[in-house]
Amino acid sequence: MTDNALIEKVDVKGAIAALKEKFPEAVKDDSRQGYSGIIVDRKQLVEVARAIKDDFGFDYLSSATAVDYHGIADEMEMVYHAYRISGGPALVFKAQTPRNNAEIPSLIDVWPGADFQEREAWDLYGIKFPGHPSLKRILLWEGFNGHPMRKDWKEAYYEEDHKPFGSRWPGGWIRRAEELNVYGKNVSYPADFDLSKLSDRSEETLYNDLGLGVTVQEMGGSSSLKTDRLVVNMGPHHPSTHGVFRMIVTINGETIETLEPVMGYLHRNHEKIGERNTFLHNMPFTDRLDYLSSMGNNVGYALAVEQLLSQNARFQKPNYRAEVIRVLMSELTRIVNHYWAIGFLLNDLGAFFTPALYAIAEREKILDLFEATAGSRMMCNYMRFGGVAKDLPERLRSVAVKANDMVRDYNTMDYLTELINERIPRSIDELDNYLSESEIIKERTVGVGYLSPEMAVAYSTAGPLLRASGVPYDVRRADPYSIYPELDFDVAVRYNGDIYDRYLIRLDEMRESVRILKQILPRLEKTRNENPVPPKQHTPRVPLGESYGRVENPKGELGYYVVSAGDEKGPQNPWRYHVRAPSFINLTALGPMSVGHKVADVVAILGSIDIVLGETDR
Amino acid sequence: MAQLDLRELNATEFPIPAEMQGNVAITSLSKVYNWSRRSSMWPMLFGLACCAIEMIATAAARYDLSRFGMEVMRASPRQSDLMIVSGTVTKKMVVPIVRLYNQMPEPKYVLAMGACASGGGPFKEGYNVVSGIDMFIPVDVYVPGCPPTPQALLYGLIALQKKIDGQSLANLDDVPWYGVGPSEPTPIPILGPDIIDPRQMDLIRRQAQLAAEGKPHTVREIPAPMKVAQVQQVPAKTQPAASAGDDPAKAERLAKREAALASKKEAEGGTAQAVAEAPAPAAAPDAQPKKKFDKQAMLDKIRERKGN
Ligand code: SF4
Repeated sequence: MTDNALIEKVDVKGAIAALKEKFPEAVKDDSRQGYSGIIVDRKQLVEVARAIKDDFGFDYLSSATAVDYHGIADEMEMVYHAYRISGGPALVFKAQTPRNNAEIPSLIDVWPGADFQEREAWDLYGIKFPGHPSLKRILLWEGFNGHPMRKDWKEAYYEEDHKPFGSRWPGGWIRRAEELNVYGKNVSYPADFDLSKLSDRSEETLYNDLGLGVTVQEMGGSSSLKTDRLVVNMGPHHPSTHGVFRMIVTINGETIETLEPVMGYLHRNHEKIGERNTFLHNMPFTDRLDYLSSMGNNVGYALAVEQLLSQNARFQKPNYRAEVIRVLMSELTRIVNHYWAIGFLLNDLGAFFTPALYAIAEREKILDLFEATAGSRMMCNYMRFGGVAKDLPERLRSVAVKANDMVRDYNTMDYLTELINERIPRSIDELDNYLSESEIIKERTVGVGYLSPEMAVAYSTAGPLLRASGVPYDVRRADPYSIYPELDFDVAVRYNGDIYDRYLIRLDEMRESVRILKQILPRLEKTRNENPVPPKQHTPRVPLGESYGRVENPKGELGYYVVSAGDEKGPQNPWRYHVRAPSFINLTALGPMSVGHKVADVVAILGSIDIVLGETDR
Repeated sequence: MAQLDLRELNATEFPIPAEMQGNVAITSLSKVYNWSRRSSMWPMLFGLACCAIEMIATAAARYDLSRFGMEVMRASPRQSDLMIVSGTVTKKMVVPIVRLYNQMPEPKYVLAMGACASGGGPFKEGYNVVSGIDMFIPVDVYVPGCPPTPQALLYGLIALQKKIDGQSLANLDDVPWYGVGPSEPTPIPILGPDIIDPRQMDLIRRQAQLAAEGKPHTVREIPAPMKVAQVQQVPAKTQPAASAGDDPAKAERLAKREAALASKKEAEGGTAQAVAEAPAPAAAPDAQPKKKFDKQAMLDKIRERKGN
C-alpha cells in the first residue's frame, strides 16, 4: 500500500479501517463518549505508528501529549495527532499504560519530532519511553520531587481542585497563600528528605548527561590548525537568547560540534493551573503563552473549546462579524509578530537595535488598535466562546498613520483603512529595501542553518521555519478554520531552507496578511450592524469529550488539546489542557541545524526560528 | 537628563558673594552623589517573560527611556546599577537571578516589574513559580500591572529616582553600601527536591526532624476563617517580635552597623582608634535608637572646622 495514489484516496476513516484489518489485535476504536480515533495496544505501538506514517501517509506528527485519567480510569494515556503534509484532518491514536511504572515505547524513530514531547511527558507525567536515546527532564531540573502534572501530585499552594476557590468568594477567608505554608514560600519537601545528603546536582547532571566526561579541554585531532574543544554555556541570561533560554554548545575552535538546548526557565505551569481554571478562566492565560501574538492564541483556544461546545444544541457559533474580526486580529497579530521577529533577527546579526527600533515603532500603531479594542496592548484576552469580547470601538486614539505625529483621535474604520492600505505596506517595503539586499545580511545568512524539507517535516517543525524549507504547509489552507476558505491568499513558501529564506518568508507572509486584511475591510463595513459579542456565559457547560483546536499562529501551528470530563452539574474545568507550542517543537531542529556552523551563527539561527519563551516553557 | 540647577543649589544659608555665584556652588555631598547616580542609571539587559516585551517597548522610540538617562542597557551585571526583574520568576530561574544580583556592583537597585515579579501574579499557585522576587532579593520599587504599560514602568523608574534623591551619605542606616566593609552576598538558592533557601535551613531541618520523629510536620495552621466584614475590626498591627534571633544574617548585619556607628562616633571625638571587635549582637533591633541626621549639629561642626 505504499503507492501514492492510494494513499491520497484513503481518508481517515478508511485508514482506520485498514489499520484494524492489519492489526486486529492491537487496534480498536476509541468508543468513549466524545472521543475519536483509535486506541493502540502499547506493545505494538511502534509497528502501528510506522504503518500510519509509511502506508497511509500521515507523515507529520503534530502533537504528542500525555493525559492522566487518575480517578476516572487507573490509566495514563499518550495522545498522538498525525497529519498529512498535503492537508486534511488528523488521525488520532492513543496508547494506554497503567499509572504505576508507566511505560510506552518511544516513537522517536518513526517521527523524530516526538523527541521533546516525550521528554516533556516523562518530566511532567513520569511516563518512561523505552527507546528514547536521552530521556531526561526537560522543563524541571534533575532531582525535582515527583512528576507534577499527575493528578495526585499537589503543589505547595494547593487549595482546591476547581476554581473558583471557596476562599475567594465573598464571605470567604482572606489569607495569603504564603501564610498557609510553614516555609512562607511556594515550596514543599518530601517527608524523607535528608538534608545531610543535600546537594545541588542539577548542573552537574546536565553536563554529565552530555557525555562529555571531564575532558572538557582536549586538543583537536588531525587538523593542521590546533584548536581546543570547549564547552560553552550560553544563557539563560544572555541578550541574544530571546528570553531565558539556554544552550550548551561544544565547540572545536569556533565550530559547533554539539548543541544542547536547555529550557524550563520560564516554566510557569500553564497546564497544571489550566486544569484547575474554568474553561473561560484559561482565556487570559493563553495570552501569556506567546505573548507577542496573544490574539492568535485566543483564537486557537476558542476553536478548541467551541468544538466541544458545538455538541451542545444551545450553543451558537460565532456569527459572521465575529469571524471577520477574528481574522482581522489574527492577521494583524501576524504582522506585529513578524515585525518583532525581523527586528530582533537583525539584532542577533549585529545590527544592534536600529532595525528593531523601526520595527517596534510600526508595531505600536497596531497595538494602539488592540488597546482601544480589547483594553490592553499585549494581553488582549479578546476572544470568547462563540464570538469576541467586544465590538470594534467607534473611535480610537493613536499616533497619526501618515507621519509620526501627535496622538490624535480617529474613526476606527478610517484608521484601519489607512493602516492597512498605506502604512503597513509602506513599512514592509521599507524593511525590504533597507535590509534584503544588504551585503552583510546576505553574507551572514545565505546558506547558513540549512534545514532540508524532509527533516523539517520529520522534526514536526511548523510555521515559517517549515515553509522556508519548501514545504507549503499552512493550517489556514491545510485544515481551514474560520472564514479563511473564502479569502484569497497564497501560502508563502521559499525553498532554500536557510536563515535568509526564513527572513524573506516573513516579509512574504506579512504581504499576504495585508492582502487578507484588504479583503477584510469591506467585510467589516458590510457587517456593521451585526453584534459579534455572544451572550454572557461565565461557566459554559462543556460536554464530555476531547478536542484539538489548531491555528496557524505567526510562529507556527498552535494547537490546544482539551479534554472535558465535566457533566451537567459538575465543576466546569478542563480535565486536560495541553498546548502544542510551535516554539517548543521547532527547537527540536535547532541542534541539527547549528552543527558545523560558528558560534555567532547559532545566535542568528535561533533568531530565525523566532521562539518565545512563554510558549516554549509554558 | 536632569539639570543641576545652580540657583537652587546656592539657596543655602551660606551667602555666596555675588561675583562668585556663577562658579561656586554649595551643596551636600549626598546631593551630588545622588544626582549623578540617579541620572545615569544603567539597567541590566535582562528579560524574563512577557513584561520584558513592554520593557523593550519602553526603551524603544515611542517611550524612550533615554530621556531619563537609562538608555544604556548593559548585558553584563558588572556594568549595571539597576535590575529590572521583568517577568515571572521561576524556581529554576531564581538561582541565576540571585547570582546576577550578587555580581552587580553597589550601589544597586532592583525594580520588580509586573504582578509576577512582585508577588507571583497569575501564576502564583504554579509549582515552579516563586511568589515574587522579594522572597530572595530586596526590591526597591514595585510596578503593578500585567504587564505594566510603558508609562507605568517609567513612573516606577521616576519613583526610584526620587528614592535615590532621598538617600543620604551621612546616615549609615539609610543604605547598606555606605557602611563599613563589603556587604554580604545573598545566599544562592539550591535546587533540591524543591527550591531551598539557605537562609531557611534551620527551619527545614526542624521540620525534617519532626518528620523523622513521626510528629506532624509542615502543617499549615489554617486559622479560623476571617470574614470580610471583620477585616476592619482587626486591631492595628502589633509590634512584630524581635526577629534578630531568628535570622543570624540580620543580627550580624546589625552588629556590624553598630560597630561602625561606634567607631564613627569615636573618630568624631578626635581620638582615632582601630575598629574594635564587633560587640555581641543586641537582643532586639528596635531597642537601638535610630541615629537621626541632625542638621543643626552638622552645620555647627562645619562652622567650627572653618574657624580652625
Ligand atoms: S506580570 Fe503578567 S505580563 Fe508580566 S510576566 Fe507576569 S504574566 Fe507576564
